[in-house]
Amino acid sequence: MDIQLTEEQRQVRDLCREFAAKELAPNARRWDADHVFPREAVKQLAAMGLMGVAVPPEWGGAGMDNVSYAVAMEEISRGCAGTGVIMSVSNSLYCDPLVKYGTDAQKKEFLSPYASGEKLGAFALTEPQSGSDAAEMRTVAVRRGDEYVIDGTKNFITNGPQADTILVFLMTDKAKKHKGISAFLVPTDARGFSRGKPDDKVGIRASGSCSLFFEGCAVPARFRLGEEGDGFKIAMTTLDGGRIGIAAQALGIARAALEEAVAYAKDRKAFGQPISQLQAIQFMLADMATELDAARLLTLRAATLKDRGVRHSTESAMAKLFASEMSERVTSKAIQIHGGYGYVKDYDVERHWRDSRITEIYEGTSEIQRLVISAGVLKG
Amino acid sequence: MDLEPNDVERAIQETARRFAREAVAPVAAENDRLRRFPKDLVRGLGELGLLAVNVPADYGGSEAGPVAYALALEEISAADCATAVTMGVTNMVGETIARYGTEEQKTRCLPRLASGEWLAGAFGLSEPQAGSDPAAMTTRAVRRGPGWVLDGAKQWITSGDVAGVIVVWAKTDPFAGARGVSAFLVEQGTPGLSIGRHEEKLGIRASTTVPLVFEGCEVPDSARLGSVGEGLPIALSALDGGRIGIGAQATGTIRAALEASVRYAKERTTFGRPIAEHQAIAFMLADMATDRDASRLLTLRAAALKGAGEPFTREAAMAKLFSSEAAQRAVAKAIQIHGGYGFTAEFPVERYYRDARVQTIYEGTSEIQRLVIARALLRG
Repeated sequence: MDIQLTEEQRQVRDLCREFAAKELAPNARRWDADHVFPREAVKQLAAMGLMGVAVPPEWGGAGMDNVSYAVAMEEISRGCAGTGVIMSVSNSLYCDPLVKYGTDAQKKEFLSPYASGEKLGAFALTEPQSGSDAAEMRTVAVRRGDEYVIDGTKNFITNGPQADTILVFLMTDKAKKHKGISAFLVPTDARGFSRGKPDDKVGIRASGSCSLFFEGCAVPARFRLGEEGDGFKIAMTTLDGGRIGIAAQALGIARAALEEAVAYAKDRKAFGQPISQLQAIQFMLADMATELDAARLLTLRAATLKDRGVRHSTESAMAKLFASEMSERVTSKAIQIHGGYGYVKDYDVERHWRDSRITEIYEGTSEIQRLVISAGVLKG
Repeated sequence: MDLEPNDVERAIQETARRFAREAVAPVAAENDRLRRFPKDLVRGLGELGLLAVNVPADYGGSEAGPVAYALALEEISAADCATAVTMGVTNMVGETIARYGTEEQKTRCLPRLASGEWLAGAFGLSEPQAGSDPAAMTTRAVRRGPGWVLDGAKQWITSGDVAGVIVVWAKTDPFAGARGVSAFLVEQGTPGLSIGRHEEKLGIRASTTVPLVFEGCEVPDSARLGSVGEGLPIALSALDGGRIGIGAQATGTIRAALEASVRYAKERTTFGRPIAEHQAIAFMLADMATDRDASRLLTLRAAALKGAGEPFTREAAMAKLFSSEAAQRAVAKAIQIHGGYGFTAEFPVERYYRDARVQTIYEGTSEIQRLVIARALLRG
């Protein structure tokens, strides 16, 4: 057992930490307020290899491991959680399934430019009436010669407003329920494709999400990822990886809140001493730090299992569940420590609290994670 | 980063698991009911090398490192916390002597502790009026001729009556505060040492807990462990390691509570199906499993750092704090899942519930752990 990061993993961490402090943190408040997509920062992430961290170099990626990916996600999210999710969707939800299920031709066209960050990908599973229960999706594709014609609506699609290609899950055989789901790569310049206006969100406002509309949208059959009926399996294994990314995002958000709470507590005085000398404050800080470390260990464990090619559904679910709920508690305590200042936008902790909230919802709600974990426990 | 145990660690874990299943678990409930100290089990642990897991082989130890120790202790704890705490304290005393003892002290004490010839080692720090604040102790050691005379009382001493040797902390300079404390190795049967009445405890009832009284108890200077005035640093460093032990014990408790709950939830039916299929129950199981893994990871991290010779005070405090509090949650849920049956001695979970309670108290209360963590955080 070796608890230390490798030299390479440490370098990635330090590089990302420096970048986040210099380029992300100083701008995050403005991007949040104006709901601005950080186009320049995403370009810089791409130049650093962070849009395809674990993608092999021959397909445009950085060729690093998933521990490095998790470490990088925490650091980037520590600077700006919205930027973190843009990166996470590119890595986990778009590039990863292409690495795993794509043909060489698909990788050439749909992976290399995305892993290198020249173009941006997205992942579309959720629909207006189908979130946790993916088998209830209503978007369909009908085969017509060498094409599939897609009709339906997708909802809350992160990177949707900016994406060049979207990995879309839809029904090719509704009667087979989840076994009738297939996955398609849909370029956003396809005929019959359009997007709704960007969602006005509580948090992670530097990232964009929107609805997607498919109206007789025709794509060539060679854009199908995997076989017909493979979609559900592709989506679920993809989310096993995605949950590592979101757990790491939650870590970054919580760490920002903790670091700011420590700094504030040392500075702010009450009853004749810095409030950091009061047990009421110290104990909150101690709990925040402990939970944060527990969440990081769960996250890195899931990443090491993914690196070893071992099934990690339960472990990813534990990491995502614990880290996201931890993040909400930690950011809330950070506001408490800041008192009234925590409730106004002169400090960043209110943003961290807003940013943390979504981590308990997307890529599988806490409730879905508990179902995954209990299924693992009851089977094991 | 590699979170898998190595071959030696795995072998010790397997040995402990087998012994726990075959020898410890079958007698745990009865030993608890009769408040019977498990002599045979202790000798069995000695034969398997589990009483001195992290003690050099030259002195009869297993020399398998702190990670192996934590893994082994988790296994024994999952079967019986009373046996585990006896094993834990003996290991802690052995490690302390191995680290600070003279050649003569090591040669005399360690093989006897490791083999189980001495049924236990004991750790005499707490006093009736000094627990969390050990510098407030009043036991005195006064220099007389070539040796020392000890006077005072110690409280809550695990294995105090069965131990072959007790590490006793006493004030050698009552005006020097924390620097006025020294440690002594006092062997059982030394004139002037008497054992008080066995405490009637809520849990871990197969372990013994006694007060010790020192009245004109003479020991030679060769019984002094470490330098004069070095007592408190020795105690604190021993407790850093001890907290890894309690982290492991609490992890074992959570595991036992979860395993019993899974068994019961699969068998018991309500509303026409096993209660495991109700989300109300499944979600409790998911949270217990997540807490178990987070506890284990925090514990093993502290152990790995200790094994690598890195600082681990803060990490051990986090492991102890989180795991012991997670254990409270887990045992309460286990009883809830068992319903009325959980409230009876027909099922083991009521014992787990009682056994877990002390884990947030001994070897540093949760409050002391939070102080340790906050101090590190505010310094860093």
